[in-house]
Amino acid sequence: MIERRDFLKGCLACGVTAATVSVAGGKAMAAGSFEGYPDAMGVLVDLTRCVGCRSCEAACNAEQKLPEPDLPFDDTSVFKDKRRTTEKAYTVVNEYKVADKETLYRKMQCNHCTEPACLSSCFVNAYTKTKEGAVIYNAKVCVGCRNCMIACPFNIPAYSYSSPLNPLVQKCIFCYDTRLKDGKPPACVDICPQQVMTFGRRADLIKLGHDRIQANPGKYVDKLYGEKAVGGTSWMYLSSVDFDKVGFDGHIQNEPIISNVKDFLGFVPMVLSIWPALFTGVHLLATKNKDGHHDHEEGDHQ
Amino acid sequence: MHAVKQTMILGVTAVLMMLAASLCFGAGIPDKVSIGDIQKYYAPVDFNHAAHINSLKDCGLCHHHTTGAQVADPNCARCHKNSGAQPVVSCKGCHVAEPFTPEALKQQRDQHPPIYHRDKPGLKAAYHVSCLGCHQKMGGPTGCQDCHTRNDSGDALFKSGKYAPKAPAKPQAAHH
Ligand code: SF4
Ligand code: SF4
Ligand code: SF4
Repeated sequence: MIERRDFLKGCLACGVTAATVSVAGGKAMAAGSFEGYPDAMGVLVDLTRCVGCRSCEAACNAEQKLPEPDLPFDDTSVFKDKRRTTEKAYTVVNEYKVADKETLYRKMQCNHCTEPACLSSCFVNAYTKTKEGAVIYNAKVCVGCRNCMIACPFNIPAYSYSSPLNPLVQKCIFCYDTRLKDGKPPACVDICPQQVMTFGRRADLIKLGHDRIQANPGKYVDKLYGEKAVGGTSWMYLSSVDFDKVGFDGHIQNEPIISNVKDFLGFVPMVLSIWPALFTGVHLLATKNKDGHHDHEEGDHQ
Repeated sequence: MHAVKQTMILGVTAVLMMLAASLCFGAGIPDKVSIGDIQKYYAPVDFNHAAHINSLKDCGLCHHHTTGAQVADPNCARCHKNSGAQPVVSCKGCHVAEPFTPEALKQQRDQHPPIYHRDKPGLKAAYHVSCLGCHQKMGGPTGCQDCHTRNDSGDALFKSGKYAPKAPAKPQAAHH
């Protein structure tokens, strides 16, 4: 994850140096200064409450009309692997043995960053951060370049290849269309038996998170993950153990990822005209290969 | 004569005790509570209240300070040590079924005092956090279907039972 980001940084730095053209102004903005929309909603996730029932995964699958899973949602054998989000599962719950007798579960999905790296890395502006706090995307304009996948510090965006000509980015959208925009909590939040997830105004949740830490001395590590990470995220976490132990990058930077790429963004308008062509080419190549592969697979079954 | 007197005393004492009990607990204590909060996916749970009273003997463990029993949670005790019995003791009397509607959120935000009641879980979580937390500690049943019988729409949601994925997982071509 980190390597990928560093890789991106490296590439961008090279690009900028090599071009020796600095397009100042334009899209370059003061990174880290955006406080977020005042009434943006968020979710406070309390890892100490999660029992790994996977109801949230089932609810997300139904709400987002995702394809059938490989295994039923009450099958706990999935916990033997550390899964990541895919085009078929916008959220997954992983199991962490954190101590001798202590097991924690962590649900992962898009964290809906205040200054999303996916958004700033996307040169066709497929992404939008809505005033309600969701980071949504317009799959129709996505060219499948995977910049967002590399840029995301949480490894979230995935791609659907069901239409080989047009790979589409896919990720959790905070149930924006069906719920959030009408002020309703997302499906995963709604179904959770343990109220692992508390839905509310992000500003209120920050306070609530700190209050919960204070009211239960010794229960939580004194950190609200996501309050500051990468410039703040709408989904924030409380944990009883160091965040590194439950699959987070505990040393993640507080500056938004955009700080790493903002020079690059000034440089974007110039390349914008050639990139789509470039990527279309790459796509055609990739697609060709994939078609061959699929044919082959089908052939195997005949 | 003595026997009659004794019986009378016993009888009166019994009546007094019953009266005292009913005064303490207000309107009678239910032996069974049918909980149907998540009927969409599960059959209602017939909660055996009487059995839990018998084995725990401490109303405060579940009902906080509202029955007038000693408060278990030190956070509650700070304000409610001597609050006495409250008119509302049922879970659903305080924990709302939909905690995240804009109205419920506003109400939570405006709560006074500003912390414990503000971070009050919804009804479903109030049951689960309390029941499951205790069951984990005391070795009670903890599996979802140990308490809930899942119905057909539950099976459909979980893609389980007759809705289980038919084709075994075919390894997908790796796209990374
Ligand atoms: S978590 Fe990743 S995909 Fe989600 S908003 Fe942040 S950068 Fe974008
Ligand atoms: S917010 Fe909606 S889309 Fe995102 S994980 Fe939850 S149910 Fe799925
Ligand atoms: S529904 Fe809640 S308790 Fe169950 S796995 Fe998801 S977050 Fe954890």
